Amino acid sequence: MAVTTETMTINMGPQHPSTHGVLQLILELDGEIVQKATPHIGFLHRGTEKLSEHRTYHQIIPLTDRLDYLAPMSNNLGYVLAVEKLLGITDQIPERAKTIRVIMAELTRLKSHLVWLACHALDIGAMTVFLYCFRERENITDIYEKVSGARMTSNYFRVGGLSDDLPDGLEQEIRKFAESMPGHIETYEGLLTGNKIWQKRTIGVGVISKEAAIDIGITGPALRASGVDWDLRRDNPYSGYEDYDFEVPVRDDCDTFARYKVRLDEMRQASRIILQALDKLKPGPILADCPKICLPPKKDVVNTIEGLIHHFKIISEGFSPEPGEIYQGVEAPKGELGFYLVSDGSPKPVRMKIRPPSFVNLQGLPQMVEGRLLADVIAIIGTLDIVLGEIDR
Amino acid sequence: MSDQAIVEKLKAKFSTAVLDVVEHRGETTVTVEKEPIVEICTFLRDECGYNLLTDLCGVDYLGKAPRFMVVYNLYNITAKQRLRVKIPVAEQDANVDTVSSVWGTANWHERECWDLMGISFNNHPDLRRILMPADWEGHPLRKDYPVQGPDREPYQGRLS
Repeated sequence: MAVTTETMTINMGPQHPSTHGVLQLILELDGEIVQKATPHIGFLHRGTEKLSEHRTYHQIIPLTDRLDYLAPMSNNLGYVLAVEKLLGITDQIPERAKTIRVIMAELTRLKSHLVWLACHALDIGAMTVFLYCFRERENITDIYEKVSGARMTSNYFRVGGLSDDLPDGLEQEIRKFAESMPGHIETYEGLLTGNKIWQKRTIGVGVISKEAAIDIGITGPALRASGVDWDLRRDNPYSGYEDYDFEVPVRDDCDTFARYKVRLDEMRQASRIILQALDKLKPGPILADCPKICLPPKKDVVNTIEGLIHHFKIISEGFSPEPGEIYQGVEAPKGELGFYLVSDGSPKPVRMKIRPPSFVNLQGLPQMVEGRLLADVIAIIGTLDIVLGEIDR
Repeated sequence: MSDQAIVEKLKAKFSTAVLDVVEHRGETTVTVEKEPIVEICTFLRDECGYNLLTDLCGVDYLGKAPRFMVVYNLYNITAKQRLRVKIPVAEQDANVDTVSSVWGTANWHERECWDLMGISFNNHPDLRRILMPADWEGHPLRKDYPVQGPDREPYQGRLS
């Protein structure tokens, strides 16, 4: 009697503790080996791009918070830089605003990578790391709350600068945190890097070669772990990044372990950048001197007629950039986050396209899991560091 | 190579196809015709080194002819340069050749463009909806699609 075999198609449904969000994977399995994986997305599609066509440029900033909700200030930064580029006021942003933006962006990078490490380790089985990382993340969330009022969706940056200055005492708190961070990273490494189980679960898993990674569009730490030495903060710098001294970690192994090491090194470099930025911080204005674009301070609104009129016009009608289009990419913790804005001279954008790094990184998933075990699928989803809020927008 | 030099090279090879070149805020945008787009993209990838397609999207200019523009944002990783290529797409003939054979990343971007804008891509390996449910009717990001959805009254109040 001939023995026939079939592949089994199972659904790793949108509701799953290890898929980091509402991601549906249809897996065709031959025993434990994955023959084909098809991701289905769109469960968190909220229509951010459509909504932004009906809102003024200032009103879109809270919408961008909710894209990659684990790194909200990165999205804010990308959007605000894009609008400033569209307006042509990039060189009028004051130094203090640029420095605080860098501090916040690197704190956000730490926040996002801590969540990545926590959830990736938890999926593979190391539960202690999850709790340790979230303990550190609470410190960053406290800083967010002190600076903007919200723990997660900060809505802190504005077109032309920041919404509010740092409260007193926060610089010391950030400095204390940034100095303690390398010690914590050593703790995480001590738990994971030399651990035989971790090494067996991550070395050689999810390999994607350099050419395949560039072809499929992977960016960020996943691309740097495949040997491409490219970081937007160093190569197309924005917001004063050219003044900081930091290294860009690159590895050649192209597997999950390499991505893990690259992100850990990025966390160390982020702490370095925060300390350098804190040393650079000097008192000064936090909003550019563009009365038609940036809101005037409250005392001018209440006491002068120009302040009142500007406040009224900016809030009710908004500012109108010249007709044109720009693309601004920033190095978000997950990869290159891009904003493509088209303006036709009206206060609302004609089109805002968000280029989400996780959307494009997820496209590499089917070719990375082919021929691997089902358990590796979990490790690979974790290592790609996807956030469904960004993928689905 | 500077942006000027790339544009000159492009114009030298595809003189009839290049319709317009705009430089705004330090970025160069080249508008080309939609028929030779695969050859132009192959030329840009192989001869000019634009190996990363960072973004592919459609823009709806309702009321203007042509109604749509498909925008390709390219990046050269070695030279750290960006370039934008746009192609006009008319409403009646809303299909474009796929560039997923040039850059594999275009696959999902073109699916999203089809899903949300209704611009179909010829020879695409897997053209189906990606963000909306599979049985959705209509293309939500078009300007004539209501922002509140097809089954609700439009919002009558002020937004600001």
